[in-house]
Amino acid sequence: MPETLGELALEVRSKNAGPFWTTMELFMRDEAGYAAAADEDVLNEEVVARLYGVPAEQVRIFRIPDLNVVKISFPRPVPQGGLRDRDVHSGQHHVPLALLVPPAADARGSGGTD
Amino acid sequence: MNDTAIRVLVPTGMLGGGFPPETIERGLQLGADVIAVDGGSTDSGPFYLGSATPKTTRAQVEWDLRTLLKAAAEARIPLIVGSCGTGGTDAGVDWIAEITTDILVAEGLDLAVAAIYSEQKDSALVERLAAGAIHPLPPHGALDATTLEGCTRIVGMMGHEPIEAALRGGAQVVLAGRATDTAVAAAYPLMRGMPPGPAWHAAKIVECGGQCTTDPRAGGVLATIDAHGFTIEPLNPAASCTPASVAAHMLYETADPFRMREPAGTIDVTAATYRAVDERTVRVEGSEFEPAPQHTIKLEGARISGYETMSFTAIRDPHILANIEEWATLLHKVLGEWVARTLRLDVGDYAVDIRLYGHNAVLAEHDPATGPAREVAVMLLVRAPDQATATAIAKVANPLMLHLPTADMAYLPSTAFPFSPAETERGPAYEFVLNHVVDVDDPTELFRTEYRKAPADA
Repeated sequence: MPETLGELALEVRSKNAGPFWTTMELFMRDEAGYAAAADEDVLNEEVVARLYGVPAEQVRIFRIPDLNVVKISFPRPVPQGGLRDRDVHSGQHHVPLALLVPPAADARGSGGTD
Repeated sequence: MNDTAIRVLVPTGMLGGGFPPETIERGLQLGADVIAVDGGSTDSGPFYLGSATPKTTRAQVEWDLRTLLKAAAEARIPLIVGSCGTGGTDAGVDWIAEITTDILVAEGLDLAVAAIYSEQKDSALVERLAAGAIHPLPPHGALDATTLEGCTRIVGMMGHEPIEAALRGGAQVVLAGRATDTAVAAAYPLMRGMPPGPAWHAAKIVECGGQCTTDPRAGGVLATIDAHGFTIEPLNPAASCTPASVAAHMLYETADPFRMREPAGTIDVTAATYRAVDERTVRVEGSEFEPAPQHTIKLEGARISGYETMSFTAIRDPHILANIEEWATLLHKVLGEWVARTLRLDVGDYAVDIRLYGHNAVLAEHDPATGPAREVAVMLLVRAPDQATATAIAKVANPLMLHLPTADMAYLPSTAFPFSPAETERGPAYEFVLNHVVDVDDPTELFRTEYRKAPADA
């Protein structure tokens, strides 16, 4: 079975960054997991835009190898607390990201050797 | 006159959040120079700012404050509370001030209290807007006067300067309105001459109390700031700070984990290093603070978006569940027709959100899962310009939510309502509308400080 990013991570979480931004982090288990999550062919602005229905040009991605972390921020599609806000703290929005299945390391263009 | 090091005790991430009392004793034993605690946030939504209502209940806050006031009095160190009453409104400051006075009287404590108010008048901001002194932050665009005038409450987020001024004015307890989370912890070390890079970075790391430790539920932290950096350790001897737990806290609730704007400038931790001193203490160096050419104060504002009524039922019938999206679409369509016929309202006069909990309520069209759920809760949320209309629409929806069949059903099902009456009135609904900053000449000019006499002097 191919592993999801969530299965390669210690924790995947999401939260508000103020009332108008959502931010989420993938804390990967090890360097191999980090290589999978940090691979720009696997996870990039367009992929995040597709997962969350936000404009790709507003997506910010931070790849932090020292912590084996990939962090993603984008403007909240729905203002916090508005009629159509179903997640006031943005606490459950990490799930589509966590369920993303990266290609196996040998099938990727860069990184991921262990 | 500079000190060599300043120790900041942060007992918990939020006043009212609670902490083991022995962690405060431990902090005093370690030589704490100041106690700093955050009392609010926007994180729980616009209601608390818009309605000037605290998220916490008085008994929670009173328990925390009693322990902290006694500790501050015993050690003769200042206590700083930021964003009082959740939203940091004037009513929130007054609420915390009243609780503080009651405790000081009951405990016979003699402490001088300053209250700093941060609520802003819309008319004064409209003048600053006209003068070109208000600018949007991403993702927002330019502001118009109507938006300012439509807010029920507007607060400015103070930096460390008004807090420092209150301390210099003789306050031993500072109760601040809306303040940046970091300003609350940075104010005292900055006042005592610690360098801004380590002071601000330490303040960001400790703002959520134990969140930067390996056991966030065990209590708060102590940060020691000196001329070259800071060290941080948990107040609970059983918990640890590790380089990863400390560095990871820069990620928490920040859009950008390396650079953070404060009223006076920008914290930059790009070059910061995190090193384990021992198994539970971390040393951080290399943090920087870039002073900004223009001092800015961020505004937060909330307005009433309408009045909401909720209705809620549940479905277990596998046949409806197999066609649940089609059923919800039909519910929405027929409800619109019935509301137009009976209440003579157009779809533009009100708004409805139908949420299918157990199916895809949380993530909606972005939910990656498939397949029918075992049971689904159907929440109908109606928003209208007044409460009576919102409830009338929910009542029109009631027979539909109870008996609507799917297109292929030859009989009327009955769904499982958990309550009678079915409708719950939620009152006014609020929304955040401001994401803007004001240019100021003086970082204290938008804030008003009142010194309250200590009860013993009165």
